[in-house]
Amino acid sequence: MDRNKENEERRDGQLHTEAPASGEKLLEVKDLRVSFFTPAGEVKAVGGISYELNYGEVMGIVGESGSGKSQEAYSIIGLLQSPGKVVGGSIHFEGRDVLAFNKDQMTQFRGSEVAMIFQNPMTCLNPVYTVGNQLVEALKAHDKKISKADAEKRAMEMLELVGINNVEKRMKQYPHEFSGGMRQRVMIAMGLICHPKLLIADEPTTALDVTIQAQILELMKDLQKKTQMGIIFITHNLGVVAEICDKVSVMYAGKIVEQGKVDDIFYRTGHPYTMGLLRSMPRVDAESHERLIPIEGTPVDMLNPPEGCPFAPRCEHCMKICLQKMPPYVELGEGHRAACWLRVQDELKKQREEGAQNG
Amino acid sequence: MAKYILKRVVMAIITVLIVSCVTFLLMMSVPGSPFASEKALTPQQQATLDAKYGFDKPLPIQMVNYLKNALHGDLGESLKMQKGRPVAEIIADMFPISAKIGVIALAWAVVVGILLGCLAAYYRGKWVDSLLRVVCTLGISMPGFVVASFLLILFCSPVGPELLKSFELTAIFNPDLGAKAYFMPCFALGLYPMCYTARLTRSSMLDAINQEYIKTARAKGLKGGKIIFKHALRNALIPVITYLGPLVAFTLCGGFVVESVFSIPGLGRYLVQSITNRDYFVIMGTTIFLATFVVLMNLVVDIIYKLVDPRIDLTKGE
Repeated sequence: MDRNKENEERRDGQLHTEAPASGEKLLEVKDLRVSFFTPAGEVKAVGGISYELNYGEVMGIVGESGSGKSQEAYSIIGLLQSPGKVVGGSIHFEGRDVLAFNKDQMTQFRGSEVAMIFQNPMTCLNPVYTVGNQLVEALKAHDKKISKADAEKRAMEMLELVGINNVEKRMKQYPHEFSGGMRQRVMIAMGLICHPKLLIADEPTTALDVTIQAQILELMKDLQKKTQMGIIFITHNLGVVAEICDKVSVMYAGKIVEQGKVDDIFYRTGHPYTMGLLRSMPRVDAESHERLIPIEGTPVDMLNPPEGCPFAPRCEHCMKICLQKMPPYVELGEGHRAACWLRVQDELKKQREEGAQNG
Repeated sequence: MAKYILKRVVMAIITVLIVSCVTFLLMMSVPGSPFASEKALTPQQQATLDAKYGFDKPLPIQMVNYLKNALHGDLGESLKMQKGRPVAEIIADMFPISAKIGVIALAWAVVVGILLGCLAAYYRGKWVDSLLRVVCTLGISMPGFVVASFLLILFCSPVGPELLKSFELTAIFNPDLGAKAYFMPCFALGLYPMCYTARLTRSSMLDAINQEYIKTARAKGLKGGKIIFKHALRNALIPVITYLGPLVAFTLCGGFVVESVFSIPGLGRYLVQSITNRDYFVIMGTTIFLATFVVLMNLVVDIIYKLVDPRIDLTKGE
């Protein structure tokens, strides 16, 4: 799209609804590796993950605590905390190499093209500045020329958009005068105020109670439709994934063990870990008194990851090879793949049968 | 807000009243009297003097009388050190000198302390941080009179380096010399608060930098300076301001040591001298004055506190 026209539209204070057509490639992550260099040794928090995200797509990243899902997201926006470091792979945003950005480019990139909202809205807003001040500041960081009145108008529009009433009064209030759900709405407004093309939501509903969770998800879905931005939704809640995501990457011990469309993950599950996650999730249609089945064991020690498949020690289908070699990805359908020796076995069996039939 | 201030003022008056009563009782319970020194007085002379100043009446009545006069602004007159001179006049004379030194000392202590604290937090773990830690620990552990004596040795004694002597600082305070006169006392008085402020700022700054809202600020695409000075510093200052109230009191009370070392005709030194001389009305007057001042400063600090941290609701939780 013509750059000037886009800027004009931005100044209108309207959300530009037809950004690059939905379906075009927005973000491409290839073999990304993130390590933390601790006194005890190198912790490979993210061990080579790849995925693609298109405009207008919502991708869920699911995994338990410590699986590297947040660190992976932080590396996209350049917020990795020392001693964390990207040690390999590439991140391309609209074809530009994000990892090659210098400091100024990165500062400019954050907030304007990619925004992030965090888990705990209670601590993510600065307690000593008004909500209006913090919203306007986000806008001014990327548009030096915007006047104070215009910026405030835009901020108020954003607050209205995320469902906050009485915005003129709300602008002058401090975060402690807002409830948790309202603060998360403010965070979303702040994230979207510069119309980013990508929104990274790091467990945005985890700290909220269930009724508010549903509202926030509804709001995000709604805004996503209006803006056609891409969303990376980090969560450990598969219910949330089913609600909002188009596709899912399941992470375990810094690796994507399975990725595919939501339906693939839920109905054609390819990896025992995903299966375990699904079984440990409460269901509405469950028989009464049916127990949830937890995944036995504990996550791997990332300082000394085992050889072979990281999930093998906890896997009920564990075979000899699982403990020795990391399984390759097996394509299970269009855009659906899993890294598991069971699926490799299936594949070989299928090939053999085909071979037998043909020959 | 107005209601809150009114409440605080009433409490301040009560505080000052209690302070004056305690001072009065303590003062009277110490043996000796303002007339006891030079030559022995005849019982008759003693009686005349006592009657003149009301010392013949019972203690509670003396106290009530004194407070009554004090409310009218009459703090009595000096019995000994500047015989016959009204105490209010003496205070008006001496307080500006103490205040000037105190304010300069506080100002440089707070400004430099906060800056060094930020610096140490920014370069956490680097040599700058280590150096500042050593300096601050030294500054905190050295009493004011040691620092003052060191300065005197460095700048004014024959053993000091020639270079420093060329500044021609004088050991005895002389306000006509301007900045030169104030350098040593203000430095000695401000060193401890400066070091303390720096340490406090460093730790609260580190605390603030690790807060989630700093992550939010970075994610918004703000520049480094704005993140440190707008988002982190204001939050980091909250504990520092809490410390400012006691600091004002410290500077005033600690002032007398420095005033003594440099022979500064200030209020702190005068208070101490008046105690040794049993100059009753001077003791009472200066005590009431200083107590009022400290209470007032605490009120001011509380209001500043509210300005910096909007979460604080002064009207609640009293």
